[in-house]
Amino acid sequence: MSNTVIKIENLSKIYRLGEVGTGTLSHDLNRFVRMNILGQDDPYAKVGHVNDRTQKAEKGELVAALRDINLEVKEGEVLGIIGKNGAGKSTLLKLLSRVTSPTTGSIKVKGRLASLLEVGTGFHPEMTGRENIYMNGTIMGMRKWEIDRKLDEIVEFAGVAKYLDTPTKRYSSGMTVRLGFAIAAHLEPEILVVDEVLAVGDAEFQKKAIGKMQDVSQNQGRTVLFVSHNMGSIQHLCNGVTVMNNGSIIYRGTTDKGIEKYLNLNIGNTNKSLNERTDRKYSGRIKFQDINILNEQGIQIDQIPTGCAVSFRLKIQANTKVEKVGLRLLFVNTKGQTLFLCNNAYSSQLININKDLNIDCFIPKIPLPEGIYYLHLTAFSENGIEDDIEFVKEIQIISGNFFETGKTPVLKEGLFVDHHFEIDNGK
Amino acid sequence: MEKYDLIIRPKRHAFDINFKEIWAYRDLLKMFVKRDIITVYKQTILGPIWFVVQPILTTLIYMVVFGRIAQISTDGTPQILFYLAGITIWNYFSESFNKTATTFKENANIFGKVYFPRLIMPFAKVTSGLIKFGIQFAFFMIVYGYYLFTQEGAVQPNWSITLLPVYILLMAMFGLGTGIIFTSWTTKYRDLTFLLTFGVQLLMYASPVIYPVSTIEPGMMKDILMLNPFTPILEGFKYAFLGAGHFSWMSLGYSATVATVILFLGIIIFHKTERNFIDTV
Repeated sequence: MSNTVIKIENLSKIYRLGEVGTGTLSHDLNRFVRMNILGQDDPYAKVGHVNDRTQKAEKGELVAALRDINLEVKEGEVLGIIGKNGAGKSTLLKLLSRVTSPTTGSIKVKGRLASLLEVGTGFHPEMTGRENIYMNGTIMGMRKWEIDRKLDEIVEFAGVAKYLDTPTKRYSSGMTVRLGFAIAAHLEPEILVVDEVLAVGDAEFQKKAIGKMQDVSQNQGRTVLFVSHNMGSIQHLCNGVTVMNNGSIIYRGTTDKGIEKYLNLNIGNTNKSLNERTDRKYSGRIKFQDINILNEQGIQIDQIPTGCAVSFRLKIQANTKVEKVGLRLLFVNTKGQTLFLCNNAYSSQLININKDLNIDCFIPKIPLPEGIYYLHLTAFSENGIEDDIEFVKEIQIISGNFFETGKTPVLKEGLFVDHHFEIDNGK
Repeated sequence: MEKYDLIIRPKRHAFDINFKEIWAYRDLLKMFVKRDIITVYKQTILGPIWFVVQPILTTLIYMVVFGRIAQISTDGTPQILFYLAGITIWNYFSESFNKTATTFKENANIFGKVYFPRLIMPFAKVTSGLIKFGIQFAFFMIVYGYYLFTQEGAVQPNWSITLLPVYILLMAMFGLGTGIIFTSWTTKYRDLTFLLTFGVQLLMYASPVIYPVSTIEPGMMKDILMLNPFTPILEGFKYAFLGAGHFSWMSLGYSATVATVILFLGIIIFHKTERNFIDTV
């Protein structure tokens, strides 16, 4: 019964660092003339870079984003793909989506494959919801008659029936995302490749989206490949995972084991200085350089007692002026589950960054029970992610006086919250 | 051996173009055309009217500069019609070229997110360009009708008017072919974009848009002009409607051959670029 529907064999993707040419015709001509006719050195070689043509391959110019990947996916499987930033997940997705082509190896696919690297691709704000459904649907490879048949279902799923003939520029961003996902969900491909699009949208819709994905895989026997950083949804959705690291697959098997492998992989990284971390999504505009934990007196500490007031001091380097920056600190436990987050986009205001800054995130009462936790850091702006690092720091929480009563219960998991009890005297 | 529906491999050779797949995506072509139309019409109330303003103003300028001041002959036909005819058909080429020459740059985002046969995009641009051409052509026909019915003998339409679809098709092929070559090159060489702005302009002066071939004395200049593959189209178009110009099956055949070769080369180059284009942006 379990048919192989995706077979990846010896797949590699090699990128050249920098451009293939120098980027402009005049530079290339100049280089050609100087090197081949005048016999001079390459005028555009990087300074401090040994320009040895006999060692072309080892020059460090070529980077294998994927190295000899072999993977088989069976029909009806929901496979989670996890790995750090830069592990090659996105490259694998791009190859599967045929956005770019591999350097060596092959991917064989049985049935229709639809990939969701983004929802609502091709949406035009001037077009109505209905027009955009057709636009996006056809971009994803549906025929017009297929969309005709599914239109009502899509509209109902997205909950936009009232606004179907309104231009989507008047939609809220949530509505636009819902519409985009609704179209994608009704593609009915045999294989669906999803990239964390579930991270967007409101809670109710996320539930709906995850439900739809489960429905697709369990009841319709379709195959789903799911890339996510959220171990919670991976655990919830997938019946198998593959862990990637440095362009290779290092584990393929059960979800629990895979998540454990992935977490172990990351833990070593937390010792590295933030500035030197390369496993980040980075726009080049602003960069996290360092992070420190300070107590109320402004003294750097390594261990935080539960219930203590702390500041997380982020040192941010600004390479250019970036407006309306949101900073997110995500606290996860050793199972990779998110516990809580701090985000200035919600709790205070977006920040304009035009020079190197220290920004403090103040938490009046740290709610974590005794144990080890990890911190993920993200900076984003209207242009998307500016810098993103996972497992930035290991946080050690020691037993503390959360309720200021001197008594603290032992909690294996979960969080403390402030509360009090009152006797209702009855009226 | 198991059967797979789709095999993604590194190297496809130059001629391995999946036309069947392009056909399967024909609904997408229609949607892109529809999107172009909607966005043009919705942005301004006067949207389509601007399409007519440009040829009117250009014609007026040509009448003053080339007709009055330089006194270049228009082969005995009314100046306004002569210039308008040239501009109308030439515009379709330049519009097609300009729109397709930015295919990769304009669509980098969408190309990075989803797969569809990339050629659909320039095809759609050339098709939606027909609308603008249609409006400009309709305007030309109004002016033309005025001369045809009120000024006896000013224009002499003839049988070759039936070749109009051929002229349009050839202009589309030239626009598409050169456009997709250009957009492929600019992914690697950004500085070629500078050519875009004045290249079409230069090409226009090298083609008989604002002057008839008959004003050029036989000799080397004329030979070069006849080698220009646009010459038979422009002359043929004017000949069909105005009765002044040059028409021969030979030169039309020559033009068609060049157009086919350019389009063919364009598709190959475009196809080669599209595979890994997203890695270089």
